[in-house]
Amino acid sequence: MTQDLTDPWFNGRLALRLLALDPAGLGGLHLRARAGALRDRMVSDLGRGAAPARRITPMISDTQLFGGVDIAATLAKGAVVHNTGLLTRPDPVILAMAERCEAGLAARLSQVVDRGDGPYLILLDEGAGPDETCASSLLERVAFSVTLDGLRESDCGPDPDMGTAPLPLFRVAMPDDALVMLTVTAARFGIDSLRAPLFAMRAARAHAALMGRAQANEDDLRVAVQLVYPQRATLLPQDTEDPAEPDSQDASESTAQNPDPDDRQTIPDEMLIEAVRSILPEGLLQALQTQSAQKGGKGAGAGQKRRGNRRGRPLPSRPGRPDGQNRIDLIATLRAAAPWQAVRRKLTPEREGLLIRPSDIHVRRFQERSDRLIIFTVDASGSSAVARLAEAKGAVELMLAEAYARRDHVALITFRGDGAELILPPTRSLVQTKRRLAGVPGGGGTPLAAGLKIAAELANRSRGQGLSPALALLTDGRANVPLPGRSGRAAASEDATNMALLFRSLGLPSAVVDTSVRPHRDLQTLSVSLGGTYVPLPRADARGLSRAIGSALTGP
Amino acid sequence: MKHPFPFSAIVGQDAMKQAMVLTAVDPGIGGVLVFGDRGTGKSTAVRALAALLPPITVVQGSPTNAARAEDMPDWAEPVAGDLVQVPTPVVDLPLGATEDRVVGALDIERALTRGEKAFEPGLLARANRGYLYIDEVNLLEDHIVDLLLDVAQSGENVIEREGLSIRHDARFVLVGSGNPEEGELRPQLLDRFGLSVEVKSPTDIEERIEVIRRRAAFDTDPEAFLTKWRSEDAVIRDRILNARAALPKIATSDDTLRDCAQLCMTLGSDGLRGELTLLRGAKALAAYDGDAAVTRHHVKAVAPMCLSHRLRRDPLDDAGSTTRVRRTLEDVFA
Repeated sequence: MTQDLTDPWFNGRLALRLLALDPAGLGGLHLRARAGALRDRMVSDLGRGAAPARRITPMISDTQLFGGVDIAATLAKGAVVHNTGLLTRPDPVILAMAERCEAGLAARLSQVVDRGDGPYLILLDEGAGPDETCASSLLERVAFSVTLDGLRESDCGPDPDMGTAPLPLFRVAMPDDALVMLTVTAARFGIDSLRAPLFAMRAARAHAALMGRAQANEDDLRVAVQLVYPQRATLLPQDTEDPAEPDSQDASESTAQNPDPDDRQTIPDEMLIEAVRSILPEGLLQALQTQSAQKGGKGAGAGQKRRGNRRGRPLPSRPGRPDGQNRIDLIATLRAAAPWQAVRRKLTPEREGLLIRPSDIHVRRFQERSDRLIIFTVDASGSSAVARLAEAKGAVELMLAEAYARRDHVALITFRGDGAELILPPTRSLVQTKRRLAGVPGGGGTPLAAGLKIAAELANRSRGQGLSPALALLTDGRANVPLPGRSGRAAASEDATNMALLFRSLGLPSAVVDTSVRPHRDLQTLSVSLGGTYVPLPRADARGLSRAIGSALTGP
Repeated sequence: MKHPFPFSAIVGQDAMKQAMVLTAVDPGIGGVLVFGDRGTGKSTAVRALAALLPPITVVQGSPTNAARAEDMPDWAEPVAGDLVQVPTPVVDLPLGATEDRVVGALDIERALTRGEKAFEPGLLARANRGYLYIDEVNLLEDHIVDLLLDVAQSGENVIEREGLSIRHDARFVLVGSGNPEEGELRPQLLDRFGLSVEVKSPTDIEERIEVIRRRAAFDTDPEAFLTKWRSEDAVIRDRILNARAALPKIATSDDTLRDCAQLCMTLGSDGLRGELTLLRGAKALAAYDGDAAVTRHHVKAVAPMCLSHRLRRDPLDDAGSTTRVRRTLEDVFA
């Protein structure tokens, strides 16, 4: 049966059919699409039938998910009102706005999926850019991923053919070399986790059951790898021999060709590799690199702009609703309810005990504190680039070594030639730092404005994620490369000053470290424009740098 | 609830399996910290081990898995008092768990509806005499971490808040897993974990195929798979039980003590916990192997597990900790 598996609509509908057959083994579906009619059509018929799907949002409370006493309803009614948790029943659960799901909820949902006897998840991801996506722990545990972006209703093909009645799963046999093929293919695409071949195996089995076959054949395997592997691939396999079909190199338009069915059991594994490759988008490696460079910093997106990421001292409690995240302050609640007991008892004489209304409930509040993020912006231009970069790397690692006490994150931006680059996204992990700082090139002109611009963008983004950024600029010369679109040295210093004023408008601390042999007047002016401190440090070694920056940025 | 995957059927991951077994032989070694990427079978191994151990005898309905009626805490509701056999408890501590959930708190429901002060036990009570598994331990919030440190050290959970003054036993083996690329653990917390191992996905393609093969067989026909591996699991269980019995009689010579101290001094590990763990680990290994005394061979075998997370980290040094330990082992023990 010829299918067009490069059609995301078809993939999505097929994935849902497979999930209905093996919910516990396949985990769920990650559906990346803007909210709209198309997306609703995809998940619409999950509502019918014996197992209606429940829709939840990331703001849901734990008692609603796992069960517990509903406090507000209990108080209003006067008798205990229990919430039976949504996740205790095995019906599918649709998580809307999945990209806003914070790490704690993602971890709890992953636990439920891991247990293997709960519901399967449909993650509706409404993220806009490539860096806004679900928590990776959830994506790892969900077998299928489909992107509907850019698709129109008229592009949607027919639904997959249901075929005859499906066989029960335990009747389907998986030949051993099918397992070998799946594992080898996963390894060729650089998929490290062993969950991927497991999901592929279960998907192939479910597909064979759907088609009424007692043994999985190459068609099932092909469908399985095309649904499970492309979103997890990290590298393209090297071509070991001549590729069979000429048009399977064409990424978007080609349909996956079925080679002539052969009667022997051995399934050519090059076919599987070509099948996955035909689905992978153009420039996969490029996309992966930019994607991993933009991951970093914790926290969800909107709605947490003013919350820090660490809890501080307790503050006096305020009236509020318990929503699973905050704790009820019992004493304050009782104190608020106490004066009203006489009146309420007259109104409802038959109720016993304390008469507490939901409006009496006080919740605890804590001081908001957030981690500091130090954005190192290092000049990688010119002849002294190598030495300066080495010292900067050493300073970064030294600050990380103390980070557990000072709770600092670090990020590194270098600028040289005609642009700036974010080498190390915000992290507290020494392991990641060592990996990314391994080979950083140097030389070229000094595009100071570009460096400041990227630093300002990163600072803004991190502030939205709950960190407190601070800038540490290391340079030894004057700017001589302006922003793209202009030219000349005068434009360069003008651009640099403008960017500095832009950064100053964010209201964040900054320090300019002058590593030139004789202090530059221009850099002093720049530090005034930035609104920060100027630190001349002619012979900057790693320890001196980290000390100077630490004291310059803690300041008042 | 399905029966977990059998422990002896786990392919590879020998270091992690050995660390788990040692903590089963001697729970006093402290917890196990497993560093590794996703999908490497960390939580599978913890659940498998707990299923392999013999069931424990608890008083039915006891919130803290008390062994005898006298051990029941006085705040618990009175229960029937029959003894039942239950499997060793494994409690998962999810990221984002609130303190109330972990430690236990005033039972809000009873307080607000009936006006009674009662204690609702948390996860630590349920984990008593079992395992507490924390996934992504390096992302856990600081105040929860401090709490777990104190409880794991003292073996007792003390609650003094909201008008409650409660204590109960909380002896468990702490197993934490994490990906070091996502964040560092504070050194104090690292030090509290007895053993640490690193797991990686198998690089050998045959090993990967074998993992998938076994998992497929388990999924298709769990009964047959469990029956097939039951005898191997029983072998490990008997060895653990014999080791527990033999542990107090293992002889430790002065030379062994000198070796431990010499190794820790050369490596420059902070504090004395390194030596104590090394000694306990070596004894547990000797008991598991059926030897009568601890020798240098045992010390060498457990040294990387016990010491690689206690070394004072020099960020400008590229060598990984396990390599440093092995190098020092060769120098010190010639």
